[in-house]
Amino acid sequence: MPVDIWISGLLIVMIVGAALCLEIKDILSSIIILGMVGLSLSLAFLILQAPDLALVQFIYEILILGLAFVIMNTLKPTSDHMAFTDSLPRKVNAVFILLIILSTAYFALRELPAFGIHQLSVSQHYVTLGAKETGAANLIAGITLDYRVYDTLGEAIIIFTGILGGLTVMRKIGKE
Amino acid sequence: MEKKNEGMTLIVKTTARLTAWFILLYGFYLVIHGHLASGGGFAGGLMIALAMIHLLLAYGRDYIRRRINPEWIQKLMASGVAAFLLVGWLGLLITGKLFLNFLAKGHFLKILSGGTIPVINVCIGLNVGLLLYIGFYYLVEFRIQGR
Amino acid sequence: MVLYILCFGLFLIGIYGLLTKKNLIKIIISLNLISYAVNLFFILIAYRRDGVAPLFETGKVVGAHGQNMVDPLPQGLVSTAVIIELALTVLLVSLALRIYEKYGTFDITKLRRLKG
Repeated sequence: MPVDIWISGLLIVMIVGAALCLEIKDILSSIIILGMVGLSLSLAFLILQAPDLALVQFIYEILILGLAFVIMNTLKPTSDHMAFTDSLPRKVNAVFILLIILSTAYFALRELPAFGIHQLSVSQHYVTLGAKETGAANLIAGITLDYRVYDTLGEAIIIFTGILGGLTVMRKIGKE
Repeated sequence: MEKKNEGMTLIVKTTARLTAWFILLYGFYLVIHGHLASGGGFAGGLMIALAMIHLLLAYGRDYIRRRINPEWIQKLMASGVAAFLLVGWLGLLITGKLFLNFLAKGHFLKILSGGTIPVINVCIGLNVGLLLYIGFYYLVEFRIQGR
Repeated sequence: MVLYILCFGLFLIGIYGLLTKKNLIKIIISLNLISYAVNLFFILIAYRRDGVAPLFETGKVVGAHGQNMVDPLPQGLVSTAVIIELALTVLLVSLALRIYEKYGTFDITKLRRLKG
């Protein structure tokens, strides 16, 4: 099936990009490579028939680059904030722990159903009767704004609180 | 402290000025047609935020603060959340259940269909879009006064 | 099966970056990578063979009882999770800039010694 091969290819590009992104010493280059990882993720969403999500992920990547621009303008021009020496025992320790986690996860991932076979147990009602009951042609909007609108209210409040926390940190202390 | 405030070069400013309205229009299109094609409140809100953020990055904070007042943007954003709550409360008032879809569902595949879904899409679009713009605006202002 | 293991591999790279890196910006990037892996895993589970997107359009024929659609429920969940991740990143960057203003560096091992 071509979908398997496409998604595997995109995942390999993402893994290589992620490994590069963490090893490069320059901050701006690593955020640009993070943008490449996000673009492959957006393509993967498009191949997996989720156009709504592909749009959201794409715009998220652009806004992360805007954040990178704000970060880069803050740094002092001459400083040694780029020269970090990571310690080798810490890296070996981390790789060892991650290999243990991967071998345990193999047994858990074996129990999942095969890729592409999905029992629509909860969504059966949404898919068959959703358009009639909500009147919306976009089923995702019908689910998040009619069947499960209380969760959407909670998520809107979470975003609100997150940015409010950021504004509290950035406040000027006292009058200057 | 004023040397990073004027924004970018003339080419960037001209391009940003020409494309900002198109991006804003596409954002409004995604918000209003959220129940007919893919899009909705969140994607449209992000596009509205993108249009205003790229103007902010191109022109610098001082120029934008004179044109777009942050106080009014905060009031508009807060009223978006309040309108969302009001729609839910009205659903409780009219019928017995919270957030019940009480408006009339018109013809399928027209804009005025789906009951309260377009109304909630507009509220979420205002909320998310302006919220992210406010976050960026105060981040840029913090960055300027950080020296 | 191979796809799930590759997706988990991306998640593990994010955790590796979280454990070993000293630069604060690299830690924020690793959190973003973890979030990408989790969102992709949700959408991988929700896929059906030869499925179409869960939208109705004029002139498009869907199977009886909408049998051909991919699962719409995880797509709604992930759609809001991406934007919550953006708000979280803005919050973390503001914290990082505040730390840089106070200590002059992004190195997390130097944050213990200086008292600002």
